[in-house]
Formats: sequence, C-alpha cells, structure tokens
Amino acid sequence: MEHGQHAFHSDLRLFLSALIGLAASGLDRVVTARVQYRTGPPLAQPFRDLVKLRHKETLIPDGAAPAVFLGAPLVGLAGVTVAGSILWSAIFLPGDGDLGDLIVVLYLLTLPSLAIMLGGFASANPLASLGGAREMKLLLACELPFLIALLVPVIHAGYEIRLGAILSAQAEGGAVAVHLSGALALVVGVLWMQAKLGLVPFDLAEAETEIGGGALIDYGGPPLAVYRLSHAMLLAVAPLFLMALFLGGAPPTLVGFAGGLVKFAAIIALSTVIRNTNPRLRIDQALRLFWGPITALAVAAVLLALGGW
Amino acid sequence: MSAAALKAVCNAPWVFHCSTGSCNNCDIEVLDCLCPRFDVERFGMLLAGSVKQADVLLVTGSCNRKSAARLKRLYEQIPKPCLVVAIGECAMSRGIFIESYNCPVPLDHIIPVDLYIPGCPPKPEAVLAGIVRLVGRVTAKGDRAP
Repeated sequence: MEHGQHAFHSDLRLFLSALIGLAASGLDRVVTARVQYRTGPPLAQPFRDLVKLRHKETLIPDGAAPAVFLGAPLVGLAGVTVAGSILWSAIFLPGDGDLGDLIVVLYLLTLPSLAIMLGGFASANPLASLGGAREMKLLLACELPFLIALLVPVIHAGYEIRLGAILSAQAEGGAVAVHLSGALALVVGVLWMQAKLGLVPFDLAEAETEIGGGALIDYGGPPLAVYRLSHAMLLAVAPLFLMALFLGGAPPTLVGFAGGLVKFAAIIALSTVIRNTNPRLRIDQALRLFWGPITALAVAAVLLALGGW
Repeated sequence: MSAAALKAVCNAPWVFHCSTGSCNNCDIEVLDCLCPRFDVERFGMLLAGSVKQADVLLVTGSCNRKSAARLKRLYEQIPKPCLVVAIGECAMSRGIFIESYNCPVPLDHIIPVDLYIPGCPPKPEAVLAGIVRLVGRVTAKGDRAP
C-alpha cells in the first residue's frame, strides 16, 4: 500500500517536470515575442511542437551509428527526469528528501549535455560534430565556477551536501541568497543555468544561423521531440535546483508555495531577459568568461561564506 | 498520410526556405513574414535551421538545371509528412525565364507542390494569406491539397 502510494508520487513528479517545463518554455516564447513587439505563438505551442514531431518520420543519416543516434536523446531525458524527481521530493516531501544529494543531482544534470554531444558525434555530420565539440567545451567551462559556487550553500548549511539538510538550514536561518556570498553565488548559478540550457548568450552549440542547428542538425521527428522535451524539462529543473540551493525552495505551506511560484517565475523571467538582450558569444569568449571573471566571483563568494557573510 | 499527422504538422509548421535561383526579391518578402510586423510565429511557424527539422519547404526561383537536382535531394531529406509551397511567379511558371535554355521544367514537374503563391514578388500579406489558407484547407479536408 505504502509502496503503491510512493510510486504514484514518483509518476506525478515525472509528469510535473515535463508539464511545468513545457509551460515555462511556452511562456518564454510569448515573453520573447512581446519583448520584440510581436504577438507570439499560443502558450501551448511547445506541446503542439511535440505532438507534431511525434507524427513525423524518423530519419537516420547514412554513416550514422543508429544505436547511439537514437539512444542518446533517451539518456538525456532519463537524466533530467530523475534529477527533477529528486528535486521535487526534496522540496515538496521534506521527509522523503534524502533520496539524493547535491552531487547526484549535478551528475544527473550533465547527462542532457552528454546526450547532445553523443547525438552530435553519432550523426556523421561535420556541423553536428562541431556543435558537439562546442557543447563539450561549454560544459567544461560552466561547471567549474558552478561547482565552486555550490560550496556556498554547503557552508551555510554547516557542511551538509544533502538537499534536505540545505533546505532545512535555509528554513531556519533564511535563504542563502540573503547573504552577500549567497547573492554572488546565485549570479554564478543563473549564468550556469543559461549555459546549461544553451540559451543566448551561450547558444553556440546549436547556433541555428551559424551552423544550422549544430549538434541537432540531423535530428528530426520523434528523436528531436525527445531532445526538445528534455530541454523543456531542464527549463523546469534548473531553476528549481537554484531555488532549492539559494532561495530557500518552496516550503510546504500555502505562503511558501506561492513564494516558490514567484521565485520560479522570477528566475525564468530573468533568463528570458538575458536571452533577449544579448548576442551570441564565441566558444573562446564563453570559456574565458567562465574560467576568468565568473570563477573569480565564485571563489570570492566562497571566501565570503567562510568569513560568515 | 493520416489526417491527424497533417493536422499536427499544420499546428506547428517549421519552414525551410530554399532559393533555386531567384532574383532575391521573393526571399526578401519571405524574410519580412518572420519579422515582428507580420510575425508568422503567431501560427506556430519557425524558421528551421536544418531541412531535417522542417515541415514546409518554401521554394522561390525558377529552378535551373543545377538547382533542380539539389532541390530533389532536399525534398527527399524532409521527414514526411511535409508540404511544399511555391512562392512567386518564377516558382509557379518560370516567369521571364520560361524560354530559357537553363530552366527546362517548372517546379511542379520536379517535386509535388501543395500551394502556389503568385506575385512578382508576392507581398508578405499574400504569403501569409496563402499559408493560412493552406493550413485551413488541409485541416478541413484532412487530405493533401491537390
């Protein structure tokens, strides 16, 4: 009985990331349109895109490795689904929140990037390989400062890496971002999210106007739908991760839930504004940005956190 | 081709734009459709970077001997179901190139065409009206337009 109930919760959590992610990505497209003085698509457009892609033919390019080409998108989807599921339990079912810690979630969140790389390299297309190589460099670039910035909530929680412990420490002592160190770490986190999601200024792995879709150039139909679904889910999971680490999550009360919704919308809105007001960086510029100033910022945040700020 | 698949395609048609040797006027008018004033994303349309991600092939130009083979290859690479739209006089009937040694056959002898949008070049309003009519006709009849 208890097991059945738990399974039901798990299913719900799997759907929740997809549902919220697709809604967030629809909202992102509408807001983008409004920023550009357009009307924009209906809010449900990402759903319609997925339904359409599901109806299309699956093409495997000549010379591609079919198993990797078709398997890679599923690996990414699995990673983001499990990461989302762990975060939902940590935030909404605090007693159940010791399922995984920071490191597990971070590891699972590298799987979508890995899937893009694998898919790109498996498609036997020079532009796709270029996109895959860029995705790899971008992953190396953005993970370094973010890993350092992750130490800030860990330090504030008394050297705990369990998500549940970090959340309960924030429930007692206030959100991490209220401290100066937490605010700086959150800035690093937002830039990490932007790179993780491949949004402008870090959309260089797809770069439609430059390398025609990059790593995903040879994908169409159902496999592309899986990529788009995992991207949409990442759009729900990445802000949720930042919320849990820096903004105190969403405590399971009515006020806490409303506050969580506001925080989530604020992070999405910030990401949309960044993506609409910036040009695309070259990969060397992105690397220099992340390993230079952003890493320095992250180190400064850790030092401040150690000093009790 | 099932009616459900076509309806799904018409709900989110991603377009791939192919110029087979046009004078560039039609292409400029097509680009206008994507800009804020006409905003085709209202109908769920997006410009696809790769033909593998496209649902609608927009063809401009009079399709000469060189581009005909390439156009055929592009058509083969679009995951089906897909729709083909001929934009402008040249794509419809070869326009002023009808007597040219280099344009032996009109576009619809090379690949099947679902919609013709006349004009030299057609205004963005005409392109939009044509595409909206195509989407309406396909979803109403549940069958490929003649």
